[in-house]
Amino acid sequence: MNSAFIDFMRIRFLTMLAYRVNYYSGILIYTLNIGVYYFTWQAIYGSSGELGGFTAAQMTTYIAVSWMARAFYFNNLDREIAADIRDGSIAIQFIRPINYVMVKMMQGLGEGIFRFLLLMIPGMLIAILLFPVELPTAPSAWIGFLVMLFFSFLINSQINVITGLAAFFVENNEGMMRMKRVVVDLFSGLIIPISLYPGWMSAVMKVLPFQAITYLPGSVFTGRVEGTAIWNVLGIQVFWFAVLLLPMVLIWRKARKRLFVQGG
Amino acid sequence: MYYMGLIWEYLKNYMKTRLTYRADFWVEILSDLLFQATNLIFIFVVFRHTDNLGGWSESEVLFVYGYFMVPYGIFSCFINLWGFSERYIVKGEMDRILTRPAHNLFQILLENVDPPALVGSFIGLIIMIFSGAEMGLMLEWWHIPALIILALSSVMIYAGIYTTLTSLSFYSDAPTGILPLMYNIQGYGRYPVTIYNRAIQVLLTWIIPFAFVGIYPAALFLERSEMHRMALLTPVMGLVFGSMGLLLWNYGVKRYRGAGS
Repeated sequence: MNSAFIDFMRIRFLTMLAYRVNYYSGILIYTLNIGVYYFTWQAIYGSSGELGGFTAAQMTTYIAVSWMARAFYFNNLDREIAADIRDGSIAIQFIRPINYVMVKMMQGLGEGIFRFLLLMIPGMLIAILLFPVELPTAPSAWIGFLVMLFFSFLINSQINVITGLAAFFVENNEGMMRMKRVVVDLFSGLIIPISLYPGWMSAVMKVLPFQAITYLPGSVFTGRVEGTAIWNVLGIQVFWFAVLLLPMVLIWRKARKRLFVQGG
Repeated sequence: MYYMGLIWEYLKNYMKTRLTYRADFWVEILSDLLFQATNLIFIFVVFRHTDNLGGWSESEVLFVYGYFMVPYGIFSCFINLWGFSERYIVKGEMDRILTRPAHNLFQILLENVDPPALVGSFIGLIIMIFSGAEMGLMLEWWHIPALIILALSSVMIYAGIYTTLTSLSFYSDAPTGILPLMYNIQGYGRYPVTIYNRAIQVLLTWIIPFAFVGIYPAALFLERSEMHRMALLTPVMGLVFGSMGLLLWNYGVKRYRGAGS
């Protein structure tokens, strides 16, 4: 049973590996995105020393690590699930003796491992060469960051699965998926760190799960959160991971009862 | 005249297919705008912490972004080459195109028109009007013809760059990922180029001239004299890159051999 899940992960990893050339331009794209925000923030900082608790150097590191983390946790599980539901192949998934949502999560993990090894790590090396990124020195920051990165992946994938399963309830969830992408990029602190938003906006974002995807691990990596405080932010991630399991399971249960395959 | 008639027929067809799925139509417009909103929110939030971006005020940066949206909307409406390689080369639909009398690129563009993208251009115009009013910019008679010429030149630059790169698929059908790469580079054109380092400025001005789809032409209306010369160069760059794209395309098409299916 478990070995089947491992196989799903392995196969996805190998598939991605076979087409790895297609993804190399991704490294460049992420570097370009880091570049545009790096130069913009440099111009914004100009002479001012600190914005929203970030020094210019911390901001550079934050942007680099946030975009490269996205290179790892990003996946299209929402689109894959929506496509399965729309073309009806989800029906085949129902009769299999393994849980479909788990299969998708494991496939996402296989893709994640590929992205971590072939996109995020080389991308981070390039970013370090091109931009003045300051790597953390404390081992706790490294360990904390890597553990939190894994939770970023889990939470982002959970949100993707939930958005994908929404295709059971609305005929076309394309708009929802695009909206989710914008919301995740904005509310996770990828485009702008959450502490720089106006007070009421950052207050709202702090009670939403999205900050756990980028802002919290980024804060650990830049050394804005140190020592035992790392446990607190990790706790927030674990909390959201647990909370998001609930809608995932509920929607999946409800969805099975109202599946309606169009045509054949 | 013959081509005008074709445009009309294609658009009629387009409307028929789209009106069957009205909800999708609105969803598409809304989500297009959401992507633009991300950049606008970035500008708004950033200017709460600073009063200028490399010497440009908030209204000026917004104005530039408004201009940036105008040619981009027109470009995305009429020049949509995203799936070209898969659809026309790998699946061999280019065969069908080439047996018809109208120019092949013209047919491909018309088959893929995306009028909802024009909504972005309108929003861009509104942003220009509002941020211009905020700066006390007076509308003068020459603004309107200048905007039309500059926006069309910017569209030509987009068109030139994207057709050049798409014509590469006549030489290799493997996905190169170069189009998404361009898409990300063009984002650099929405901010004052002076904030980038020298190498990137040269790249954005002469090699992949995305500075001409945003900052340079917009500077003309903002009366930023340091960029006037660049702004006036926009139509020239449009012509150069537009004709280069078309030439390379025509050259590439000759290598097309069909998929054999």
